Formats: sequence, C-alpha cells, structure tokens
Amino acid sequence: MNLDYTAEEEAFREEVRAFLRDKLPKRLSDKVRQGKNLTKADMEEWHAILNEKGWLAPHWPEKYGGTGWSVMQKFIFETEAAEAHAPRIIPFGLSMLAPVLIKYGTEEQRQHYLPRILDGTDWWCQGYSEPGAGSDLASLKTSAVREGDHYVVNGQKTWTTLGQHADWIFCLVRTDNTGKKQEGISFLLIDMKSPGIEVRPIKLLDGDYEVNEVFFTDVKVPVENLVGEENKGWTYAKYLLTYERTNIAGVGASMAALDELKRIARTTKRNGKLLIEDPLFAQRLARLEIDLENMKTTNLRVLDAAGKGGAPVAESSMLKIRGTEIRQQIGDLMRRAAGRYAQPFVEESFEEGYNGAPIGPQWSGTTSSEYFNMRKLSIFGGSNEVQREIITKAILEL
Amino acid sequence: MDFSIGEDRQMLADTLRRFLSNEADWEKRLKVIETEPGFDRETWRSMAELGVLGALFGEEAGGFGGTAFDVAAVFGEVGRSIATGPWLATLMAGRLLAAAGESDALGAVIAGDKVVTWAHLPAHDSDSGEEHDVTASQDGDGWTLTGAKGVVDYLGAADLVVVTAGERAFLVEADAAGVARAGYKMVDGGSGGELRLSNTPARELSGVGAEDIAAAEAMGVVALAWEGVAVMDQLRDQTLEYMRTRKQFGVPIGKFQALQHRMATLALEIEQARSAAINVAARFDSAERAKSVAAAKYTLARVGSLAAEEAIQIHGGIGMTWELPLSHYAKRMVMLGHVLGDEDEHLARYIELMREGD
Repeated sequence: MNLDYTAEEEAFREEVRAFLRDKLPKRLSDKVRQGKNLTKADMEEWHAILNEKGWLAPHWPEKYGGTGWSVMQKFIFETEAAEAHAPRIIPFGLSMLAPVLIKYGTEEQRQHYLPRILDGTDWWCQGYSEPGAGSDLASLKTSAVREGDHYVVNGQKTWTTLGQHADWIFCLVRTDNTGKKQEGISFLLIDMKSPGIEVRPIKLLDGDYEVNEVFFTDVKVPVENLVGEENKGWTYAKYLLTYERTNIAGVGASMAALDELKRIARTTKRNGKLLIEDPLFAQRLARLEIDLENMKTTNLRVLDAAGKGGAPVAESSMLKIRGTEIRQQIGDLMRRAAGRYAQPFVEESFEEGYNGAPIGPQWSGTTSSEYFNMRKLSIFGGSNEVQREIITKAILEL
Repeated sequence: MDFSIGEDRQMLADTLRRFLSNEADWEKRLKVIETEPGFDRETWRSMAELGVLGALFGEEAGGFGGTAFDVAAVFGEVGRSIATGPWLATLMAGRLLAAAGESDALGAVIAGDKVVTWAHLPAHDSDSGEEHDVTASQDGDGWTLTGAKGVVDYLGAADLVVVTAGERAFLVEADAAGVARAGYKMVDGGSGGELRLSNTPARELSGVGAEDIAAAEAMGVVALAWEGVAVMDQLRDQTLEYMRTRKQFGVPIGKFQALQHRMATLALEIEQARSAAINVAARFDSAERAKSVAAAKYTLARVGSLAAEEAIQIHGGIGMTWELPLSHYAKRMVMLGHVLGDEDEHLARYIELMREGD
C-alpha cells in the first residue's frame, strides 16, 4: 500500500503546474483567491485558454476532443487547478450535457453541439429543478406537447445557474402523464432565444445574482432537439449520477481554501494574539485539516477503485457529503476569523477594480457572503440528505 | 498509488483469522475474560508457533516483517475478533527489545515461550492524587528502578517487563526483587495492573532513547488504528444486520429514515477513519509521521466512540446486554481510545505540530 503518485503521474503533475504557472492569468487567480465575482468574460477567457491547450474537456472521449487522461490524471489536473486558484470549469455544457449527448445523442447532435461547447459558441444552462420539484425531481411538471414537427413547451424552471449568460438550456420536460412519474420525462434542448422564454434573476442571500427562474410560454422546440427517446429522459438524467465524478469532493478547492485560512490564522491578531495561538480557533482548524487529510485519501481510494473499472456511485455520495461539509466548515472558519469585520457589507468591493478604502483585514470583506453562498453546496447536486438515501440503498442495503 | 495490503500479508491475515475463529471462538472468549490473566496462555503459545508474532518485527530482530503494513495486517485480525492477549504489549515492548538488540529475550517472546509487557506511563497515586513515575539509579555496573507505572497491559501474566524511566528503557524480570504487581481485569476483556518497583535490579536496553520510545508509540498507534477500523466494521455490520431483521411497528427498523441517515453518516465516518489508518501506515517512514500519528489516533477515538454509541443505541435494550457480542465490540472500541493517548491529547499534539509546521 502506498499513497505516492507514480513517476508518470508525478511528471504529469509537473506538466500541469507548469501550464498553470505560464497560462493562468494572475488577474483571474487573484479574483478567485479573493472571492471576487467572476464575469462571463472571465469564465470564457479561462475556457478559451484551456481549449487552446486541449484540456477543456478531460471527461470526453478523445475523438470528440477529450484528453484521454486516466482517472488519476483528471484528479491531478482538477486538484492542481483548484490549488492554483484557477476559475472552475463551468460544468453545464462540458460535464453535464456533453456526456449525455455522447452516450445517448445522435451523431448529428454530437457533431453540431460538442464543438460549439468547446469553442464557447454556446453557453449552456441546466433546466432541471422547478418550484415544485427539488429533491423530488421526478415530479416535474413543465410540459412538452408534440404538435407536428415541434414540441410546445409550457412551465417554469428555477435555480438555473448562470442562466443569464446562456444561449441554450437542456431541460427535463414532461411528455407523458399517464404512468409512473419517472417514465414520462424527456430530455430536450432549447434555444434560449426562442420566443416565449423569459429569464428572471433571483437575488440570493449573499446579494449575488447567480441563479434564475426561466419561464416557458408556448415555446416551440423542433423535434430534432429531443435527446434519445421520448419518455426516457429520466434515465439520461440519472446517467449523470453514475458518470464518473472525480471532482465531486472538491478536494483541491478545499486544500486551497484551507491554505488561505491557515495563512490568515498565522497573520491575524485578535485581542493581541494570533488566531493560530487561540486554543479554540486552533482546535477548529486542526479538526478540519485532519478531516480534509482523511478525505483526500478516501477520494484517492474511490478513484483507485474507479480506475480498476468500478462504478462507485454510492461512494461518490460519501465524497459529496463530506467534501461539501468540509468546504462549508472552511467558509465558516473564514467568517469567524474575520470577527467583527465579518459584518460590513460592501457589495461594490466584490467587483474587480474596486478602489474604495479597505475596511478591516484585507480578506475579510467577502467572508460572510462566501459563507452564506456555500450553504448551497449541501443543497444542490442532490442534497446531502438525498445522498444519504443513496448510501442507504446502495451501500447499507437497508 | 496502491491500496492493496499485499499477497503475503493477506495470507498471514487469513491464517490468523482462521486460527482465531477456531481456537479462540466466542464461547471461549467469554470464559477466558473471566480468568485472572484474561487470555489463554496455551492458545497464545500455539498462535506464536504459527509464527504470527514474527510479523511484528524485522528480520534483523528475528522476525519476518516489521513494517507498518505488517503490523496493520495482524491488528486488523485482532480487531475483527476482539482477541484478548498481550498483542499491543508484545509489539511495544518487542520494538524496544529489537532496538536494543536483545535477541534472546525477543526470540523467546516471538516463540511464545515468554510473555512481555511494557510499562511506560506513570501510576496515579490514589492517596495523594499525584502521578508517580519510575526513576532509575545507577548501581555499580547495573541499574535499579524505583517508582510506579499505571495500567500496564497483562502485567500479571508477564515474565518480562520493559520499563521506561525518562528517556531510557530497562528490562525487568517480573519475579525480580522489589517488584509488586496489583492486577485487575479490563473493561474490554484481558487484564492490566499497577506496577510498583522498589530498588528493583534492571538491565538497561542499551542504545534505546527517546526516539526509539516515540517510534514504538507511533507503531502502537498504527496497530490501534487498524485494530480500531476492524472493530468499527464489525459494529457497523452487526448493526446493519440487526436493522434488517429486527421488526417494530410491523417493519424492519432499517426502514426508518431516522436510523438510515445515522448509519449513512457512520459508514462515511468509518471510511474516513480507514483513510486515517492508511495514512499513518503509509507515512510511517516519512517526515509526516508525527502529524499522521496524531491525526489517526484522534480520528480513531472520535469515530470509534461514535460507532460504539450508535451501535448500542440502534440495537436498543439488547445492545445493553453482556450476552450480545456487539456490546463487547463497543467496549473494545471505546477502550482503544484510551490507549497511548486519548482523542484530546492527540488533537493537542496535532495543534502543536500544525503551529510549528508548513
């Protein structure tokens, strides 16, 4: 048993590090490190840099522009990029839609959509959740009725992340009401410029506009925009859950955030004493670091099993639960580290180029907003309670 | 990266597993924990004759293993069957005997002819409330020891005792002059005792210093971590089995979400503890040893008591009984947390290292 990377993996890690050193713009990594808001242009800039290198779609088969990396290489890439404070890759087109098209789409759909995802022509968003369908996603009601060579779509999607930037939305829609609710769902690709679509932003508790409501009123969608078969959409949606999710625990992002937290704890004084010398703060920090160190190995064990051909669905659920808990706890400690200075709410300072006079510690301005924003981690992507249901069935066999 | 324990170690573990299930079955365990030494000396000797104890030591010391993962393979089986016997004592004392080149004494231990234990931590004096430790005095060419050590594993059964005094370690014959032993049973089976020494002649373990003692303790934590994870696996599996069969309100209690989610959390925590056990063994020979020892022992104790408490709670009344093996597993689990420093001590140690380091 050993935890070391092989010589090849080590060389690959060096290659990734060198790439990040040369190509990741400092302007972007600074914004990520400081928790500032990324614009659409920022995210597109990073995508384009990765695409030029051929590293934008590590999870795709090589013939469509994937990298041909092993599971461990993907993990190394994701971890190194996060540790270097690279912007995250926006997953909707690259990691969510594309695998479904590759597995269930037609060759025409693949040839049309995949290159446009890579070169940034199309920005995709995800139309899954509805006001009445959250954890119970299969009870969704947005309907698509076939009329000649079109579907007519009516209904509402919500929590549509970055929908304000999107050119297209992939939607789960109801095409049949007669049988089991899972068996009347279809997977539809909809142009956001279609008449009858209205996007309304939702202001979140941290003041940010990240998610939207999307309303559909008699929206006409050509039938060739159906993916796979009618009423089989639930299978395709679930496929995403079994699709390898090497980064679900967000180990790299947590490692980067913990490093930043430790730097803060070593340099920030409260009541005349460095935070790292405060026994209660130090204890919270130590517990967290130990849990993350254990998580890293748990993640590697799951990847090792996946690399040997396993499909560790329920293990992914464990990684999701503990990974998000750890990330939330780091945010929690950042907020605590700020002390009284967690309170000022200067939204303008979240934007690049803000020139106002700093208030309190340089890093403290975004801590509370980040902390509240991170509540989402245990809610989205299947809430952590839903993940426990998956563990119950697939691992505990209860 | 490689997460397999290795073929040879797996064979050793399988051999030990078969031996323990045949020669130290549950009925026998229940009887033996009522006896004074708390283990069966004959069974111990036959186990040693199989060569199992040699796995704990390197070839230069007369063994055939001695790496962290060799130790891990053996203690995983100790945990699976919550075997009694001076396993940890043999490991700890034996590592110091090996460091001193005491091949005769260690040879007799590996062969099962002699039982050795190690006396390291001070005794708590009931009258004064103070901790009393052992001090060593030079006496001509030799040494004598005076003082006390507390909660010494299998003290009553030991032929040899490795006693630490400051940064030195000594070998004491259990029947030497000035040795007084007050034995007792232990909560999780087996036995322990309070050791008092009064001008007791002792042989210094030459060349053994603070670093060797720390290394032996670190290896002890490796053993405890792997024993602990095996006990956790048993607690989880026995509880899941009970949840599938025990019915209340007309359904198996495993159908209740309140219990399902607690078990899902526990299962996740156990995997974290397993990772901590892997980390401490994999990093044993690296600069990160001290940190991963503290992390592993802290994690073991934290997750271990969670596992024990959840297992008893979900079993309900039957989990409170002596009759059910589960309760014995729960006791072993919690007691492992008290050996070689508890959760808080190791967390404090980790914090120290965190402040110093990286």
